[in-house]
Amino acid sequence: MPEPALAAAVRRSPALRASARYLAVVLAALAVFAAVLLLAGKDPLRAYADTFRDTLADAYGFSELLVRMTPLLLAAVAVALPARLGLINVGGEGQLYMGAWLASAGALLFPRWPAWLLLPLVAMLGFAGGALWAAIPGVLRGLRLVNETIATLLLNYVAPLVVSYSIFGPWRSAESSAYPQSPAFADAARLPSFLDTRIHAGLLVSLAALLFYWLLLEKTRWGVQMRAIGGNPEAAQRLGIPVAVWIVVALAMGGGMAGLAGMGEVMGIHGRLRQGLSPGYGFTGFLIAWLAGGRAMGILLMAFLFAMITSAGDTLQITQGVPYAVVNILLAVILFIVLARRRGWAR
Amino acid sequence: MGPRDAGTSPGAPPLLEARSIRKRYGPVLANDGVDLTLCRGEVHALLGENGAGKSTLSKILYGFIRPDAGELLWNGERVELGSPRDARRLGIGMVFQSFMLIPALSVLENIALFLGDLPAIVRGEAVGRRIRALGDRFGLHVDPSAPVRQLSVGDQQKVEILKLLLAEARVLVFDEPTKVLAPHEVRALVRVFGALKAEGYAILFITHKLREALACADRITVLRQGRVAGRPRPDQADAATLVKLMFGDREPGPSVAAEAAPSRPPGAGPIFELRGAWSRASGSETPLRGLDLTIRAGEIVGVAGVSGSGQKELGDLILGLRPLSAGTRWFDGEDASSWSIARLRERGVAFVPEDPLAMAAVPGMSVRENLVLGTGRRYWKGATVDWPRLESAMTASFGALAFPVPPLDRPAFALSGGNLQRMVIARELAHAPRLVVALYPTRGLDVRSAVSVRELLQRARDTGTGVLLISEDLDELAELSDRLLVLYGGAVTGEFARGGWTAEEVGHLMTGSKGAALA
Amino acid sequence: MTTPLLVGILAGAILSGTSLLYAALGETIGERAGIVNLGLEGILLIGASVGFAVTAATGSAWWGLPAAAAAGAASNLLFGWLVVARRANQLASGLAMMFLGFGVSALVGARWVGAVIVGLPKWRPPLLGTLPWVKSSTLFHYDVLTWLALPVALLLWWVLFRTRWGLRVRAVGESPTATYAAGIDPSALQYQALAAGGALGGVAGAHLSLSLTLTWAEYMTAGRGFIAIALVIFSKWDPLRAVAGALLFGGAEALQLQLQARGVEISPFLLEMSPYVLTLVVLLAWGGSRRLAAPASLGRTFQGVQ
Repeated sequence: MPEPALAAAVRRSPALRASARYLAVVLAALAVFAAVLLLAGKDPLRAYADTFRDTLADAYGFSELLVRMTPLLLAAVAVALPARLGLINVGGEGQLYMGAWLASAGALLFPRWPAWLLLPLVAMLGFAGGALWAAIPGVLRGLRLVNETIATLLLNYVAPLVVSYSIFGPWRSAESSAYPQSPAFADAARLPSFLDTRIHAGLLVSLAALLFYWLLLEKTRWGVQMRAIGGNPEAAQRLGIPVAVWIVVALAMGGGMAGLAGMGEVMGIHGRLRQGLSPGYGFTGFLIAWLAGGRAMGILLMAFLFAMITSAGDTLQITQGVPYAVVNILLAVILFIVLARRRGWAR
Repeated sequence: MGPRDAGTSPGAPPLLEARSIRKRYGPVLANDGVDLTLCRGEVHALLGENGAGKSTLSKILYGFIRPDAGELLWNGERVELGSPRDARRLGIGMVFQSFMLIPALSVLENIALFLGDLPAIVRGEAVGRRIRALGDRFGLHVDPSAPVRQLSVGDQQKVEILKLLLAEARVLVFDEPTKVLAPHEVRALVRVFGALKAEGYAILFITHKLREALACADRITVLRQGRVAGRPRPDQADAATLVKLMFGDREPGPSVAAEAAPSRPPGAGPIFELRGAWSRASGSETPLRGLDLTIRAGEIVGVAGVSGSGQKELGDLILGLRPLSAGTRWFDGEDASSWSIARLRERGVAFVPEDPLAMAAVPGMSVRENLVLGTGRRYWKGATVDWPRLESAMTASFGALAFPVPPLDRPAFALSGGNLQRMVIARELAHAPRLVVALYPTRGLDVRSAVSVRELLQRARDTGTGVLLISEDLDELAELSDRLLVLYGGAVTGEFARGGWTAEEVGHLMTGSKGAALA
Repeated sequence: MTTPLLVGILAGAILSGTSLLYAALGETIGERAGIVNLGLEGILLIGASVGFAVTAATGSAWWGLPAAAAAGAASNLLFGWLVVARRANQLASGLAMMFLGFGVSALVGARWVGAVIVGLPKWRPPLLGTLPWVKSSTLFHYDVLTWLALPVALLLWWVLFRTRWGLRVRAVGESPTATYAAGIDPSALQYQALAAGGALGGVAGAHLSLSLTLTWAEYMTAGRGFIAIALVIFSKWDPLRAVAGALLFGGAEALQLQLQARGVEISPFLLEMSPYVLTLVVLLAWGGSRRLAAPASLGRTFQGVQ
């Protein structure tokens, strides 16, 4: 019997094969999560239907999806870029906060600057905040003093405290409010938003960052060196590539990406510096990058998927009375399925 | 304890016997009809140069690999060794070149881990007592509470031996045990052999160090190219005999030697020099001691030596990977002591390694991308690489070397060993390097690839490049070297012009024995 | 005048440090066997939620506590299956466990939010209760977990360094190949270590919900899991040093409260940072020796070479 055309096409094309694998994993995870929901006495089909309706069928819902994707894309690049050199960056959380912090500093220091000056400044500061925060573990690793996994992990928890310290102290807003935060930033510092939604220019920044990541690694001469280090550090060194320098640069660039995410949240969404900026974007970014195997297209798809899942979490809470946190189970199941495949296709 | 009670009477069968062992690896016959007998209370030395088949034989004796033909007998009975566990159960213990010790744990803990009868609650004193008792009996004095990583290599070896003794081994196989020992530690080990021998243990002492073999062996077997070349009696043999058996009666120099040496521009200074170079070593590395080395344009300088004499360290020092702890490095008359690897490469230092996949290529990247690595700034075009120009330059290089161009889009790991080496060579020679450092360049290659590699080293020399050839193959060195240096223990112990040496002389220097023949 | 201050800090440190210590001890066993679980936070949450739920359902914390231990052990074994049997990346698997812990604990605890429970009973030895500076504080008025914290640490030290099992666990963490060469099965040991470690982690979480706060709230561990991971490094993988470290880290918060009560304004955030900064400083200062102190095989995981 002749092979169905679709199956043949899938068999022949590696890109379609990869997509088919992603799809299979997601469907399997949805099935397991449905079982979990059933056990908890909820209606999974209803939940899934509601989610689809809220996110894909509804314009505002879809826009919220993109809002969630924005920091996820950047957090994933923050992990993926150093990973190409074999470096493990689990410090996205901290780098995000420091980017937000430094960007806020700029906005608060120069509130009267015009937008065309302030916006770029704030963006650069956001990048710099994350970059410097990640450069610390980078230098420690370059000098072979401390492993970057541990160093980035530890610094994760210091950064939010720096933010808290600032908004409880020197940057405390004079307005009385339920919780402490910085004063609102001048409009000039705010990222423009689109179409009556919360989508802000940060989305463009994150897409640009993803594109930059792809171009840098795949198309430039620096990318060749970076991938050489990731593929065979000894050979790279023997061939004259300055490995220690690249370690610091790569981690700094990754951190800068996460910093941009923080800047985006603070300049695009909140309009001020507050606590709780990140519900785990850094870690989610790690998992997105890891699931995508560092591939740019995969990052885009996975970020979209994770954004949908977090939206599902909101829907579940509202319509089914299930705490939002339960959606983490779905995330975990997806990861488990991928991790449990021996020598899986995701690095 | 000890196998003495099993009787060492002349009529007793040997403890372990190997008969007609044959093992083939592809085109190479690593062991070809080898017989070996290990008797109680005897030290049996197994000699041979690198590649003679010693390590294959020892792996067979220890159950790591199975022979294609032949049999093993334990106490006269045929046995099959499916794994090292079988060997251990019989009582065959092996002391490897790289120790299976856990550095962070103490001597006592390392040994206790291996004991089959360790109780659930570890009584440190009891085990410590056993260790000390054995240590006193055989001269293996170690402090049981010392962490292994703090021990000298010689003491670590003692721990390995104690481990085997406590685990009731009766045959002890030592694979090149003195390679990493200092002279006084070697003497201590010989004393340990004596003590073990007296208690009836059988010892197989695999080595290439003739003096030591002669000093302590009761029996000697010499392997050459997979076969038993001879079984000289220790009381009748001397270093010269052994060297002859190990290296054969080879005439130095090939037919190629008849060619006139290429003319050098008059007054040309050396391309590369090391003056009084010292380097530090960590772990099992060999420190370089006050090396003087000169390489001129249009000459191949060969470096002979048994493994562990400092070859890799020398290569890394020249390439800039290893810093000089004392002395200077000169390139084309300039002080290059503190040049970076990139700068050395830029000025024309090229590297042909023994293991291209591990040392000179990135397995996951395409051939094309591998070709641009290490070419410095030559093919940069703004933010990208000028791929067309690279391709044409590399294709030209392949062509000049008469190599087929490999498919550029395939990943490097998909190439065969020979093709990978060719790729690396084409890249390294593409820009007319001034100096080529070749470190075991033909190791692991098939015969045809090896021949072509040698040919192009010669061709490089003919075009005025200086070549440093570090090799373990004396035939290769004889064929290619315009000058031959012998490296031993991190220092140069001999220098010869083409045609001015015999395998015997060099063999002596390589194994650190200055035989009567040289006196 | 300083005695009440010190007493206050010490008392607070002990209360706060109990769950930290149990969590760190549990993670120590696993890391000694060569496995790092970044998802310790998730294990703690599972322990806290299951402990609370079972206590609320059965009316007795003596059911809740073992349930929490069992849940922690089971979770860690699930993690172990990924990492040992499927050879999955330890860091990614750990984060997956963290997410799982967030979700499962929320699911389990949802029904019991706001429930009132009778937690673990506290007990004070009669003689000590007569001392004046003890009576007015929480000193020596502890539940069973706090009383057992130090003995458990001592027991763990003894097991790791004086028993055959402990020797083998340490050997696996240093060199699985050498252990295998000694004829020992590394996987079995790693599972056992993870089960024990998970039980301790579950207990650590239970202490929070069954003793410290007597409530359940999502994410209530508030990063304690990561502090515990830092504590393991800080204490060089030694159970006894972990006791001192737990007091130190637990004391930071207590110190801040005491100072605040006395009108001394130190930002709570600076003190909250201290465990992490201290660990980093200590890693730097003893850069070489701490690296050596880590189980060798664990280090390879961190280097990305598994």
